[in-house]
Amino acid sequence: MTTKTKELTQQEAFLTYLLRLADDRLILGQRNAEWCGHGPQLEEDLALANISLDLIGHATALYEYAAEIEDEGHDEDHFAFFRDDRDFTNLQLCELPRGDFGFTIARQFLFSAFSYFQYERLKDAKDEQFAGMVNKHLKEIKYHLRHSREWVLRLGDGTEESHDRVQEAFDELWMYIGELFYMDEVDELMIKEGLGVDSSKFKDDWKKLVEETLEEATLRIPDWDQFMMSGSRKGIHTEHLGHLLAQMQFLRRSHPEAEWK
Amino acid sequence: MSDNNSNKDNWPLWEVFTQPKSGKPHEHAGSLHAADKEMALQNARDTYARRNEGVSIWVVESKHITASTPEDMGPFFDPANDKPYRHPQFYSVPRAVKKRS
Repeated sequence: MTTKTKELTQQEAFLTYLLRLADDRLILGQRNAEWCGHGPQLEEDLALANISLDLIGHATALYEYAAEIEDEGHDEDHFAFFRDDRDFTNLQLCELPRGDFGFTIARQFLFSAFSYFQYERLKDAKDEQFAGMVNKHLKEIKYHLRHSREWVLRLGDGTEESHDRVQEAFDELWMYIGELFYMDEVDELMIKEGLGVDSSKFKDDWKKLVEETLEEATLRIPDWDQFMMSGSRKGIHTEHLGHLLAQMQFLRRSHPEAEWK
Repeated sequence: MSDNNSNKDNWPLWEVFTQPKSGKPHEHAGSLHAADKEMALQNARDTYARRNEGVSIWVVESKHITASTPEDMGPFFDPANDKPYRHPQFYSVPRAVKKRS
C-alpha cells in the first residue's frame, strides 16, 4: 500500500496499478476454480477451469512484474499468499461467492466486458513489458467475453428458471459494478505517464455492450443509478474475501518452504 | 458432476474436427455434448484445441453423419484387396519423366 503522507511516486503508483489488476484476476480465478469438478456438464467444467487458469496466469505475470517494479526481493507468491485481506485491492465483484452457474456467468460477463475495453487501451501502454503482457492476455479475455456473453444469452432467453436465476444474479451483482470505474490518484498518475487508462473513456461502450446483451437475453436492465459499493481499491472488502484467502493461502503459509517435486 | 442431473442427457452429441495447419485436412478429434452449434464450437476449443492443436475447428451434430456399418465391410472394402493397379505406385514412372522432376 502507498502511504498518503508523502507524494506518490511513479514507481509506487505503477506497483499499485499492477497489483490491482493482478488481484482482480487472482481472486476471480480462485472463485472460478471452485467449479472444478462441479460444472453443470463436463464440457462447461473444462471451460470454467480453463478461464480460471487463464486468469491466474494473467495474475502471475502481473505479480512477477510488480515484484520487479517493487524491487524488494519479493516474488509472485509473496503477493498471492503472504498478504492479508486489507492488502488486497481486488474488486469486491471478484470475491463474491461463486453462487449458482448463472451468477458465475453473469459476473464473468460483466468483468470480461470491462477487461476487454480496459486491455484494448492498455495495450498501447508506454512500457514494453507491460504492453506485451496485455496484448498476450487480451486474446484470452476476448474468448472469456465471448463464452460468458453466449451463456448470458442462453440462460436469459432459455427456460423460465434459467431466466429468473440469471436475472437475480445481475440484480445481486449490480451494486458491485460501480467500482469498475473507480479512479484515484494512482490512476491519474498512470494516465499521465501513459501507463494507465482512463476508464471513464470507455464507460459508455461498456454500458452499451451490457445493455445490448441483457436486452438480447430478454433480461431487465437493473437501475444504473442505484446504490453502489466502494472501497476495494483501498483494501475495504466484503466478509467473503477473508474466507477465500484462508482457503487459498493456508497451504503455502503452513509450509512456506514446500516445493513441487 | 452436478447434483442435479435432470438435463444431463438432453444436450446433443457433436463430432469435432480440427485442422492442425492451414492447408491440411480437418481430422476427427473426438466428440462432446453441447446445447447448440456456437457452444459446441466453444466446447470444442476448450476440449480439443487449447494446447495449440489446430488453426480451425469444424463441429457437426453426430446425428447428421451417415456411416458405413460393420456389415458393409465386405462389399465396400474387400474388392479393393486384389486390385493393386488402382494405386498410382503400381505403375513405373518412365525414365524421361523421372529425370524432369
